[in-house]
Amino acid sequence: MSQDGVNKSRRTLLVGATTAVGAVGAGFVAVPFVKSWNPSERAKAAGAPAKIDTSKIEPGAMVVAEWRGKPVYVAKRTEQTLSLLESLNAVLKDPDNSNKAQQPGYADNLYRSRKPELSVILGVCTHLGCAPKYHPEVKPEPFDADWKGGYYCPCHGSRFDLSGRVYSGSPAADNLVIPPYTYESDSVIVIGVDEENS
Amino acid sequence: MTSKLAALMGWIDDRLPVTQTYEKHMSKYYAPKNFNFWYFFGVISMMMLANQILTGIWLTMNFVPSQEGAFASVEYIMRDVEWGWLLRYLHSTGATFFFVAVYLHMFRALLYGSYQKPRELIWLFGMFIYLALMAEAFMGYVLPWGQMSYWGAQVIISLFSVIPFGIGDALTEWIRGDFLISGATLNRFFALHVVAVPLVIVMLVVLHLLALHEVGSNNPDGVDIKKVVDENGKPLDGIPFHPFYSTHDMVGIVVFLMVFCTVLFFFPEGNGFMLEYANFEPANGLKTPAHIAPVWYFGAFYAILRAVPDKLFGVIAMGGAIAVLFVLPWLDRSPVKSWRYKGRISKVFILLFAVAFILLTWLGTQPATAVNTLLARIGSVVYFGYFLLMPFYTRMEKTKPVPERVTGGH
Repeated sequence: MSQDGVNKSRRTLLVGATTAVGAVGAGFVAVPFVKSWNPSERAKAAGAPAKIDTSKIEPGAMVVAEWRGKPVYVAKRTEQTLSLLESLNAVLKDPDNSNKAQQPGYADNLYRSRKPELSVILGVCTHLGCAPKYHPEVKPEPFDADWKGGYYCPCHGSRFDLSGRVYSGSPAADNLVIPPYTYESDSVIVIGVDEENS
Repeated sequence: MTSKLAALMGWIDDRLPVTQTYEKHMSKYYAPKNFNFWYFFGVISMMMLANQILTGIWLTMNFVPSQEGAFASVEYIMRDVEWGWLLRYLHSTGATFFFVAVYLHMFRALLYGSYQKPRELIWLFGMFIYLALMAEAFMGYVLPWGQMSYWGAQVIISLFSVIPFGIGDALTEWIRGDFLISGATLNRFFALHVVAVPLVIVMLVVLHLLALHEVGSNNPDGVDIKKVVDENGKPLDGIPFHPFYSTHDMVGIVVFLMVFCTVLFFFPEGNGFMLEYANFEPANGLKTPAHIAPVWYFGAFYAILRAVPDKLFGVIAMGGAIAVLFVLPWLDRSPVKSWRYKGRISKVFILLFAVAFILLTWLGTQPATAVNTLLARIGSVVYFGYFLLMPFYTRMEKTKPVPERVTGGH
């Protein structure tokens, strides 16, 4: 085939335009494949609130509630551990809750809770998502000789106090998340319901 | 009869280059005659890939890829399916031995400079195979849906959450297909593990071999055998791959299979390094096992992740440990390929690197105590030092003269 008299610039333009239209088309075709990986409607609907009766929890004890498939730690703190919280500020990464995304406004306090004695914490380490272990006793632990009680993540050694605030030197950067919750009565809490925002 | 067979072959060859391909890649592919035992592990890797594909297909016949059924179906395969236990152990032990072969194969390339010019593409294809293999192994470990499957998936997918500006969190949710690790994650990992990634791996293996056969194999001396040829243009230091190396490789395969079968039949759990004890408990999203550890072949990278006391930089260090391997061909500035003729610094560094890699692999499977963390930091420094200082020490050190022809051999 003769190449004489070929308008090269027009050919380049046509090839370029065809390629561009094809690429846009491929982009549109990719949408359903990419979007199908998003959480399904069923997964989105599974987030029902969880109700917990806290009257049975002994001071110093912790129960694990399930909310949206994730563990929520509901712990009753003693006067002694509450009084220690303030003294820990110097060894914490973010003692004053400066990252507002980690707790609702009503938990933006030293206790990170609605009522000081009862803490409600999402048991998902802010490092890589393991469930931290509850070590409430004030005693030397293998991971911290000066342990004042709190949560310790077995995966990568992140340490949190009983308010879920992260210690300096932990791989986790943020305090544990406080989920939205509300008191239905004096002792019954509902996790996942946020009366201030509803 | 033979003439009819030859006629048939001729008929096919006119339509499909069967004979030509066979000659190019087998009977007339000249490989250096001085290969040592390190050269077994390429073909052994291919054998393990075949094992994984074959046993994997059979496992899918009884595996139930769902949150409710996965754990029970693995127990069913182990207890009720005839020979199911063997198929499963061939697959799980096979994964370990696949990585053993691949690691030794990669270390061979480091020793003899097989990644150097003109074999950069071979190395790159190999690295992509390694990357795909890691994804494949990780997703495969999630499928039995035990405690370690679940929490391993949780930790590894959460690695993506370090990406800033909210992209990371959206990305982890997209990968999981849910707000937590769930059946949606399991099902998509099943699809990727049995269809998508194996296809990619097989295609990459083909590219790896095509690139190898284009430039020819390296050898322990790093000598280019194509420089000295006989009157027919055949390398004097080369022998046809088939039948010489194809039969020779059988010896390596048999010895390797003896070790493989010993582990397969007597230590299929590998003392918790291959099948972790926590994985005999069904997945529980509310309770993390006391000790989370990867299977041994990811230990080194996991140890590097934990060595850094910061989330973002830990993930960057871990990713960097893998990424730096990709640019290896451009880090080595030595005029010689094989460590036999490199200087003393190169020799010391490669041995230190090997020790550091083994140490890190071990540490990755152990709890992060203060001593272990310190050792992991030292190991990480050596690991990165080997690569990042390579442009300097390979250029300044004095090398030995490389011979014209290969040494030793048969």
